[in-house]
Amino acid sequence: MQDFLSSLVNVAFHGIAYGMILYLISVGLSVTMGLMGFANLAHGVFAMAGGYMMLSAMSGLDVPFPLAIVGAFVAVALASMVLERFLYSRLYSAGELEQVLFTIGLIFMSVALARLVYGPLPQPVFIPGYLKGQIHLLGSGFPAYRVFLIVFSVALAGLLWFGVERTRWGAMVRATVDYRLMAQSLGINTARLFTLTFGLGSGLAALGGALGAEIIAVQPTYPFEHLVYFLIVVAVGGLGSLRGPFVAALLIGVFDTACKYWVPEFGSFFIYVATIAVLLWRPEGLFGKAT
Amino acid sequence: MRLKLSTLIAVLALSAAVGSATAQTVKIGVITTYSGPTAGQGDQLDKGFKLYLKLNGNKLPPGVKVEPIFRDDTGANPDAAKRVAQELIVRDKVQFLTGVVWTPNAAAIAPLTAEAHVPFIIANAAGWNIPRMSDYVARVSHTLPQSAYPLGKWAAKKFKRVYTVVADFAPGHEAEAAFIKGYKDAGGEIVGSARVPLANTDFIPYMQRVKDAKPNAIFAFNPGGKQATAQMKAFGDLELGKAGIKYIGTGDITADEELQNMGDAALGVLTVHHYSAAGDRPANKSFVAAYKKEYGEKLNPGYMAAVAWDAMDLIFHVIREQKGKIDPDKTMQLIRNYKNPDSPRGPIQIDPETRDIVQNEYLREVRKVNGQLANVELEIVETQYKDPWKEFNKAK
Repeated sequence: MQDFLSSLVNVAFHGIAYGMILYLISVGLSVTMGLMGFANLAHGVFAMAGGYMMLSAMSGLDVPFPLAIVGAFVAVALASMVLERFLYSRLYSAGELEQVLFTIGLIFMSVALARLVYGPLPQPVFIPGYLKGQIHLLGSGFPAYRVFLIVFSVALAGLLWFGVERTRWGAMVRATVDYRLMAQSLGINTARLFTLTFGLGSGLAALGGALGAEIIAVQPTYPFEHLVYFLIVVAVGGLGSLRGPFVAALLIGVFDTACKYWVPEFGSFFIYVATIAVLLWRPEGLFGKAT
Repeated sequence: MRLKLSTLIAVLALSAAVGSATAQTVKIGVITTYSGPTAGQGDQLDKGFKLYLKLNGNKLPPGVKVEPIFRDDTGANPDAAKRVAQELIVRDKVQFLTGVVWTPNAAAIAPLTAEAHVPFIIANAAGWNIPRMSDYVARVSHTLPQSAYPLGKWAAKKFKRVYTVVADFAPGHEAEAAFIKGYKDAGGEIVGSARVPLANTDFIPYMQRVKDAKPNAIFAFNPGGKQATAQMKAFGDLELGKAGIKYIGTGDITADEELQNMGDAALGVLTVHHYSAAGDRPANKSFVAAYKKEYGEKLNPGYMAAVAWDAMDLIFHVIREQKGKIDPDKTMQLIRNYKNPDSPRGPIQIDPETRDIVQNEYLREVRKVNGQLANVELEIVETQYKDPWKEFNKAK
C-alpha cells in the first residue's frame, strides 16, 4: 500500500512535469495557430532556433542560463517579426493549404540550415548547478529541474491568460481575430498588432525549445520530429483557446506517464489513441469554440 | 572494307585493354545516413571512411585508383536503402558495397548482393543473421549478442537482481535476449523487463519503474545518440545510482561521440564493447590523433567511425591482393581469410565460416580522463570472440 501510494505520487509528479514540457513547447503554437488562426506548422523552427540560441550563448559566450533564456526569447521574437512582415502576412487571407505548404517549406529550409551550421549531432546541454539534483518532498525525491519547469509553466500560463483576457492588448487581439475588418475600422492597427502577437508566439516557442532542451534534444530535425506533439496539444485543447492547450498538455502528460509506468507494453501509442478518442468525442477540441 | 573494320575494332579493343591495365579504377559504393533524425550516426561512418581514404587512399598498386560513391539512405528505411544499392550496382557498376548503419537496410540490400555478386562489407548494421542472407556479405562491425551475452555472464557474478530496459526494435530484442540468456544461465535473477518505443523522448516513467523494483543493476540498450543521453539523464535525475542501482549495458549506451553530452550522470557506468576511443593501443592512439586533427580537437571517434576505418582497410587489402582486378568470388575468399592484428580496436579477423567479425570484447567503465568523460577499458572479457548467437542457432 505504501509502495502504491508512493508510486502514485511519483506518476502524478512526472506526469505533470512531462505535461508542462509539452505545454512549454506548444504554447507558442496556441498563440499563432490557436489565436491568430494561421496554420503555422513551422512552429518547431522557432523552438529549435530558441534552443540553439540558448545553447550557443551558454557554451560560446558563457552567458548565464537565465540570461540565455531571455536572450533566446527576444532574439527569436524579433527575427520572427521580420519573417511575419515579409512572408507570413502575405498569407493571412490565403487558404489553409497554402499556409501549410508554405510553412512546411520553411521547415525544410531550416532543417538544412541548422545541419549546415551546427552539424547533425544533438547539442550538449548543461543546466546550472542550482537546478540539478533532487528536491525532497513527502518522502520522495523529485528532480529539481522538473520542479522548476512546473512552476515556470504554471506562471507562464497564468500570465498569458491574464494578458489575453484582462488587458487591452488581449481585447484587441480577440477583436481582430473575430472580425478583422471591423477591428480595423475601429482604428486598431491590425497589421502591427498581428506582427507583435506573432512575435510573442514565436518567442514563446523559443522559450519552450530553450527550457525543454534538457529533456528534448535540440538537433536539426527537431521541427519535424516534434510537430506531431505540438499539433496534438493544440488540437486536443481546442483552437482559439489558451486554457485548452494547458489542460490538454496536462492530461496527455499524466496519462502518458501513467501508461508507461504501469503498462509499458503499450509504450507511447497511448497518446495517439487518446487524441483520436478526444477528437471523435469533441471534434473542436476540449475547449474549442464550435464553428 | 570488312577486313579494315574488324582490324579497327581489334585495335580499339586492344587499346581499351591496355588503357584499363594502366589505369584501373575500383568503384566503392558507400551507403550511409546523411539526412533525417539519425544523420548523426551516419556521420560517424562517413567520417571514418573519409579519414581512411584521405590518409591511405594512395596505398594501392601502381595504376590502381579507388573511386568512392557516397549515397544517402535517409535513416532506418529499407526501401530507400534498396533503391540506392540498386542504382550503385546497376548504374554505377560498383565492385564493392559498404557502410549501412541500420539492420533493416542491410537486410534489404543483402539479397541484391547475392544476385549481382557484389561483395558487401557491413560497417555497422548488427542484426546477427544478416551474413546468412547472402554469400557476398561480410561484416566488420559487431553483433549485439557479442557484447550483451558476455556482459550477462559477467553481471551474474556481481549483481543478484537485474532489470532490463531496451529499445523496442530488432537489435533491442537481440540485446535483451542475449543478455538474459547469459545472465540467467549463470544464475542471475531478472526482476523485470521493459521495451521502450524508438520515438520515445521521456525516459523518466521507465526509470522510475526500474527504481521502484529495487534491482541491483539495470541493463540498458538503446540506439545511441540522443536516446542514450535522455536515458542517462533520467537515470541521473532520479538518482538511481544513489539508490544502489548500477547502470550497465552494451557500448551503445556510452558511445564515445555522444558521451560528453551526458554529463556526470554517466560516471561509473559499466559497458562491454569492442571499441573505445580511450583504448591505449598504439594503433588506436594514432587513429584518435588523426581523427581529432581532421575533425576537431573536441571530437572523439565513436565505434562506428573506428569500424568504418576497418571496413575501408579490409577493402583496400583485397584490392591490393588482386592488383585492382576485382573478381567477386576471389574477393570473398580473401575476405574470409582477412586478419588485421593492428586495428584501432585491437586484433580482428573475419570468421571464414560465418563471414562475421571476430574481435576482443572489453569491459569498460566511464571515468574522467583529463577532464573528459571516457570509456576506460578495465579488462578483456572475451578474447577473439565470435558471435555467440550463431553458435546457439547453428545454420541447418
